[in-house]
Amino acid sequence: MPRQKILEMSVDWLQILDPEGNVDEDLEPALDKETLEKFYRNMVLMRLFDDKALKLQRQGRMLTYGSCLGHEACQIGSVFAMRPEDWFFPYFRQHGAQIARGIPMKFIYMYWMGTEDANMGLAPPNFTVAIPVSTQILHAVGVAWAAKIKKQDIAAAVYFGDGATSEGDFHEGMNFAGVFKTPVVFLCENNQYAISLPREKQTASKTLAQKALAYGFDGIQVDGNDVLAVYSATKEALDKARSGGGPTFIEYFTYRLGAHTTSDDPTKYRENAEVEEWKKKDPVKRFRIYLEKKGIWSQGYEDNLIKECSDLIEKAVEEAEAYTPVVENMFRYVYEEMPPNLKEQMDELMSFIAKKKGE
Amino acid sequence: MVKLNMVQAINLALREEMEKDPSVVIMGEDVGVDGGVFRVTEGLLDKFGSERVIDTPLAESGIVGTAIGMAIMGLKPVAEIQFEGFSYMTIDQLAAHASRIRYRSRGVYHCPLVIRSPYGGGVRALEHHSEAVATFYIHIPGLKVVMPSSPYDAKGLLLSSIRDPDPVFYFEPKKLYRAFKEEVPEGDYTVPLGAAKKLTEGDDLTLISWGSMVRVCQEALEKVKDISVELIDLRTLSPFDEKTVTESVRKTGRAVVVHEEPRTLGFGAEIIARINEKAFLYLEAPVKRVTGYDVPVPLPKLEDYYLPDAEKVSYAIKEVAEF
Repeated sequence: MPRQKILEMSVDWLQILDPEGNVDEDLEPALDKETLEKFYRNMVLMRLFDDKALKLQRQGRMLTYGSCLGHEACQIGSVFAMRPEDWFFPYFRQHGAQIARGIPMKFIYMYWMGTEDANMGLAPPNFTVAIPVSTQILHAVGVAWAAKIKKQDIAAAVYFGDGATSEGDFHEGMNFAGVFKTPVVFLCENNQYAISLPREKQTASKTLAQKALAYGFDGIQVDGNDVLAVYSATKEALDKARSGGGPTFIEYFTYRLGAHTTSDDPTKYRENAEVEEWKKKDPVKRFRIYLEKKGIWSQGYEDNLIKECSDLIEKAVEEAEAYTPVVENMFRYVYEEMPPNLKEQMDELMSFIAKKKGE
Repeated sequence: MVKLNMVQAINLALREEMEKDPSVVIMGEDVGVDGGVFRVTEGLLDKFGSERVIDTPLAESGIVGTAIGMAIMGLKPVAEIQFEGFSYMTIDQLAAHASRIRYRSRGVYHCPLVIRSPYGGGVRALEHHSEAVATFYIHIPGLKVVMPSSPYDAKGLLLSSIRDPDPVFYFEPKKLYRAFKEEVPEGDYTVPLGAAKKLTEGDDLTLISWGSMVRVCQEALEKVKDISVELIDLRTLSPFDEKTVTESVRKTGRAVVVHEEPRTLGFGAEIIARINEKAFLYLEAPVKRVTGYDVPVPLPKLEDYYLPDAEKVSYAIKEVAEF
C-alpha cells in the first residue's frame, strides 16, 4: 500500500476538581490535610500579594506589573509538585510560584519596585524572572541537560505563556529536550491572551499540548484552574523526568483575569462577558469548596488566614520600600573583576553625584 | 496647523502613506486590535483592514524574516518590534539577510523594509524595556538607522524611510512619545535621510546628539547661556552627516557628544574619529562624551544615575569650553 497512515497521536485533558468543587475520586491525589492547607494558604497569599501589588502600582510605588490573578492553581499546584532541589525558571507573571518556592515576598516586591538588588534574595535552584518571552526555555533545557550529564537526580521546570510558543527559542528548546531526553518539564500557562492576541491567532494548532508530539514527547492539557489536576500532572511529569523518561509539555488551560500588565487596557480586545464566564471557574473558589467539604475550611479559618497573610504582605512591602539601592552596584556586577573603563565611569558618576550635592 | 505629539505624528505618517501607497503594510505584535502598546498604530486596522495591519504571532525574528519576504515581493512592510530589548532576536535577519540582499544579488533583489521600534530609558520601565541599542544596528552595512527627536521630523523621516529602497531601522525615543507637541503639517513632506539639523547656531562649542538626548541637550543649554553652543541633531545615524558636524567643529573648535547608548563603541566614538580626520587641527580642547555607561541599563531606582541628564551635559559643556 503506497499511501497509508503512519502516525496517530492524541492529547489528554485532565481535570480532577470541577468548577463547582466536585472531585473525581478515582483521580484525586492522596494529599494530607497539612498539604491541602499549604496549597490553599499559598493560593490566598498569592491573591493578596497580587492585589497589594496592583494597589501599590496605582499609587506610583511600583513599576509596570503583570497581575497573576486567575493563575493561582497553575502556579501553586505546580510548585508543590516540585522538589526543593529541582530547578525553577519563572517568567514575569510568576509571583505566586515564586512565593511558593520560598522566595521572600520582600524581594519580589523589591524587584517590581525597580531594583536588581532584589535578586540577591535568590539562590540556586531558583533562577531570575524572565522578562523577554521564551528565552528561559533554552536555559532550563541546558540546566536539565547538565543535570543529566552530572547524573544528578533532579529536574528543571520552566514556565512560560501561550505567546512564547510562537518564538523560535521555544521550538529550539523543545527540540533539544526531545533529542537529548533532558529531564525538563515545560509548563505553559495558556491564559488565552498574549497581550491582545487571542490564543487562536497565536497558533493554528487545536491545542498547545500537541506541539510536544512533534518533538517526540508527551503533551497534556490540564485544567489550569484545578489545583489538584495541576499538581498531579506536574508531579507525574517531574517524576518521569527524574527517572530518565525525558521531557513533558503541560498546557495549563487557564485565563488571565486581569490586564496583561498595568500598562494594558484589555477592554480594547476582549469582552467583559468572557471575563465573567471565566470568573465562574475561579481556581481559589473551587478549591475552597473542596476543602469545606473535607471539613478543613470554614469562614473563621478564612478570616484568620486572610489576617495572617495580610500582615505578612504589609511587612514585606514595608521592608521592600525601606531598601535603598546601592549606586555602585550598577558597575559592580557587570564582571567578576571590574575593568578599568568601568572603574573610571563609576568614579566619574560618584564625583558627579558629590559635585551635584555640593551645589 | 495642527499640533501633534510624536505618537500622533507617526500615526499620521503611516495613515497618509497607506492611503497613498497600497503596497505599505504594517505588521507586529499587538499593532492591530490593540493599536500598539504605545498606541502608535491606533485606528489603522479599522481603516485599512487586517490584510494591511497585521497582528502577528509573538516572534520577532518571524516578523522581520517574513517582512523581508514581503519586501522582496514588492510590498513595503513597516514592521514593529514592540520594545528595543526584543530587537536582538531580529539581528540575524537584519545583519545576515535584509541588509545584504541587494549586495549579494548584485541588485537583482532589494529590500525596502522599515523596522520601527521604541527605544530608550527614562520611562520607569522593566528590564529590556529601557535600552538604547542603535549601536548594534549602525554597525550593519546595508542597513540605515534613523532616529527622530521631534514630531515634525518623526513624520518626515518615517515617510522617507518607507520610500527608501533599502532597509531602515527607525528608532522612536519613547521618552519623547508624548513629551511635547509641535506643528506637524498634514499631507506630504519628507525629511531626507542622512541630513543632520542645526537646532541652534553657535560659535563656542558644537554639541552633537540624537533621539531622546536632543531634548536633554536643549535643557542643558538653559544652564550654560553664556556659552554660544551649536546644537546638532543627527536625525540619521547611518548614513551619517559628517559634513555638518565637521564643518561646525572647524568653526567652534570644541565639541561634546551626548548619547544614551553605552560609551564604548557608541556612535560618539565614530563621530570623534571623523572629527579627528576632518577637523583635528581646528580643535582647541579634547572632545568629550556624555553617554550611558558600559553597563546594562539599570532598573528605575538607579536609572536616573545611568542616563545623561541636563546637569551632566552642562558640566561637560563648561569643562570643554573652559579647557
